[in-house]
Amino acid sequence: MANIMIRKNDAGGLVFYLPKRDLEDNIASIEFDTPAKWGGELKLASGGTYYIEPQEAPARLPVSVRAKRVDAPE
Amino acid sequence: MSTLTREETESLIQEVLEVYPEKAKKDRAKHLAINDQSIEQSKKCITSNRKSLPGVMTIRGCAYAGSRGVVWGPVKDMIHISHGPVGCGQYSRAGRRNYYVGTTGVNTFAEMNFTSDFQEKDIVFGGDKKLAKIMNEIESLFPLHKGITVQSECPIGLIGDDIEAVSKKAAKELNKVVVPVRCEGFRGVSQSLGHHIANDAVRDWVLSNRDGQHFESTPYDVTIIGDYNIGGDAWASRIFLEEMGLRVIAQWSGDGTIAEMENTPKAKLNLLHCYRSMNYISRHMEEKYGIPWMEYNFFGPTKIEESLRRIAAFFDDSIKEGAERVIAKYKPMMEAVIAKYKPRLQGKRVMLYIGGLRPRHVIGAYEDLGMEVVGTGYEFGHNDDYDRTIKEMGNATLLYDDVTGFELEEFVKRIKPDLVGSGIKEKYIYQKMGIPFRQMHSWDYSGPYHGFDGFAIFARDMDMTLNNPCWGKQTPPWKAVKPAEEVKAAA
Ligand code: SF4
Repeated sequence: MANIMIRKNDAGGLVFYLPKRDLEDNIASIEFDTPAKWGGELKLASGGTYYIEPQEAPARLPVSVRAKRVDAPE
Repeated sequence: MSTLTREETESLIQEVLEVYPEKAKKDRAKHLAINDQSIEQSKKCITSNRKSLPGVMTIRGCAYAGSRGVVWGPVKDMIHISHGPVGCGQYSRAGRRNYYVGTTGVNTFAEMNFTSDFQEKDIVFGGDKKLAKIMNEIESLFPLHKGITVQSECPIGLIGDDIEAVSKKAAKELNKVVVPVRCEGFRGVSQSLGHHIANDAVRDWVLSNRDGQHFESTPYDVTIIGDYNIGGDAWASRIFLEEMGLRVIAQWSGDGTIAEMENTPKAKLNLLHCYRSMNYISRHMEEKYGIPWMEYNFFGPTKIEESLRRIAAFFDDSIKEGAERVIAKYKPMMEAVIAKYKPRLQGKRVMLYIGGLRPRHVIGAYEDLGMEVVGTGYEFGHNDDYDRTIKEMGNATLLYDDVTGFELEEFVKRIKPDLVGSGIKEKYIYQKMGIPFRQMHSWDYSGPYHGFDGFAIFARDMDMTLNNPCWGKQTPPWKAVKPAEEVKAAA
């Protein structure tokens, strides 16, 4: 488990940031994206996958959440 | 020599790697790349932020340098104790030319070196008592200081001193901000982690100090974050931000004060200059206080105009008009600079090897002068830096990460740029090779280079270096004219 931060970029897309390793990456897709249920599997543009416990959508971004690494290159 | 093709560059990299043993070769190969603008993710072509190879000459610094030297050092009204042996602080003292106003030794201290000067007995018995004593001494000798930071050097982490406890106690006694920073040199692979640690210390010990306090704010409050005011850079940027109607409420950390840092969460927008060293705190403020941040680039008129318009887009029409007014006001001046220097610099090729944000940010300024950057690299960049660089650089140009002394020398010999921009450690090697050189960390004791005013100085400096008559006098006259006679005279 690691702390990650999710923010919006200028283009409106979601950006994944892992402070511990200074990893920044665009989020290609998020499994659940409704106000009531948000999270699940995050697919990163580089091909990695992280998982966050589905939860209520945050009131505003950026938000720090705990995430599990499902599979990420290196 | 004309620009290399992709294949030539490829073979150049292979040739340079040839001298390394198998394992080192494999490792270094990952750090050298040929730029390809079609790549979106730098990860696919270049590896960065890895431990340097033992045995090669690297140009990196340590985490302590990142915190004491870069992030905290310029905060002028605080006293930064280099906690540990004397050398780390003394040898890096005042080297970055972070300009500030104030009377050094009375109410500002950025150029001074404070150290706990560890001796053997401090290592054996611990240095906490000494640290507490130093803080009291500081208070009596320099009563106008506004706070203290403890910048740990390597031994502190090794002997396990509790600088946090000492700092907390001192903060109570002195009623001032005392910040312990765990930036021991051995942490991380370069100064980069030091920046991060320093940012975390700001977050934990400074940023929320004035939460809930009243602040006279305006809708146009912005901050300049990550400008270290080298040669007056931050001043040259601030001047026209204010001209376009914004109010700069804090400047980090060049010419900065602790009060400004504490007031930063009241801003409407954080303007981030050095992404590498201060993105951490900007991200934190975005999350905690909802302050957006934006990276800007004030090198060269093209990029300045672009940045000003992007900044203005965050505000109402009066600022947008302000931005246009400022751009229009400086346009004639910029045109005059370009008219004067472009003909003298047109087509010249530059290789850079620097740190922080400059390997990508100065490209625009060179292009404004008709010059071309044919190779660039970061000392301690990360993936996200290279992501941002790929788009700025031309195709088939060279990218090198944490380049070794040998590699850079070989690249320069083959690519034969007209100008090399790097640091003091590289300067004399290339000058002796007969290649014009500018220090791009300290602006070669010139500057500022940021902003409109800075661009005029930048252009003059580049011309002064490149077109200096000395480059035509590399061969001593006696060797050039009559070699035979010289031999006779010597005999
Ligand atoms: S690596 Fe350690 S000993 Fe060396 S300068 Fe940095 S803090 Fe000092």
